Amino acid sequence: MYSDLDSLIACPSCDALYTAKRPAKGERAACARCHTVLIAPRRNAGLRIIAYALASLVLVMGALAFPFLGLSVAGLGNKATLIDAALAFSEGPFVILSLAVVALIVFLPALRLLLTIYVLTPLVLDRPAWPGAKRAFRWAERIKPWSMAEIFVIGCAVALVKLVDLARVELGPAFWMFSVLVVLLVVQDTLMCRWSVWRALNR
Amino acid sequence: MARTEPLSGPIVTAREAGLVACTRCTRVWPLSETRCARCGSKLVSRDTQSLQRVWAWWIAGFMAYIPANLYPMLETRTLVYNQSDTIVGGVIELASHGAYGIAFVILLASVGIPIAKFVAIAFLALSVRRGSRIGQVRRQQVYEVVEYIGRWSMIDVFVVAILASLVQLNIVVTITPGPAALTFALSVIFTMLSAQAFDSRMIWDRQEQDGKAKA
Repeated sequence: MYSDLDSLIACPSCDALYTAKRPAKGERAACARCHTVLIAPRRNAGLRIIAYALASLVLVMGALAFPFLGLSVAGLGNKATLIDAALAFSEGPFVILSLAVVALIVFLPALRLLLTIYVLTPLVLDRPAWPGAKRAFRWAERIKPWSMAEIFVIGCAVALVKLVDLARVELGPAFWMFSVLVVLLVVQDTLMCRWSVWRALNR
Repeated sequence: MARTEPLSGPIVTAREAGLVACTRCTRVWPLSETRCARCGSKLVSRDTQSLQRVWAWWIAGFMAYIPANLYPMLETRTLVYNQSDTIVGGVIELASHGAYGIAFVILLASVGIPIAKFVAIAFLALSVRRGSRIGQVRRQQVYEVVEYIGRWSMIDVFVVAILASLVQLNIVVTITPGPAALTFALSVIFTMLSAQAFDSRMIWDRQEQDGKAKA
């Protein structure tokens, strides 16, 4: 019935079938009945995503090394790094929670950045995709909801307010790094067009 | 906004065209295929078992949410007093200090969103079976909001982690996580899995069946 299946596109949310036509750069093609965005190519998206992803990786590394909140009360002071926060749950069954927190705020965001760079670099250079690129991109997409750096940043702000009465609190360098990281992650997300990447991976 | 070109006339679904769509990369294949050759994902025209998984995670999430509200989330020890705060207790504490904005955020993230999520997922799962007077577009929006917002409930767990790591000032003041931190995190994770298990294409199938019945 349809000779060239490659030219068709089905909406992942509602299964509506369309012939795929690449819209002009900067325009978006959305499903007519559920409005899910299907195709959204951007100019130089690949290169820009790689640049932002590299910058984000540097910020993650930096944020690991510096404290994100500091507190002092009655002459005693303490500063917490991301690793401290992640390891706050270290007794008995709380260890699972520690591992989960490390995964959600550091490991998965970093892994996603690495996978994205790995998938997009050869595509931007017009080289054949690196081995395992399809699996890498599939995983990058799958872990997307579990990468929670931005939620952690808001969490910091909430913790700050909770502690204001108790002690003198200050935001450390890592907090600002993480804030910038969140902005970079959002920008990367709006630049990413899954359809274009999957097509390019199968050239 | 440019639209992709519909095949012709009314919308045809991949299944009606005798095709199966890959939900990961949007490529279509003949119905007989079981694995997408473009991205390697498993192909299912309609995930008929997805409702079972939705309900299984839903129940697990709900069961974890009950102790999350009953046990303390935070235990604060200072020179003069010991205090345990449940989720709602913490909100009241914040509000009594005048931090109404933050109290509202926490109340929304830890109580409002989880409960709304349980209701929304249950409603979507039931509507697929029984139909609903609420339109498909609206239900699709509900699903997208649930998927997007659900993660934000994790904020309270992160706050506990931050407080517990930071406030370790020997005898002056110490904050330790309570059992609710664990069960609340589990509840959030389970409900996220529940929402992810839901195959939103089923919302739209119902409409097609209704349409045919009327015609």
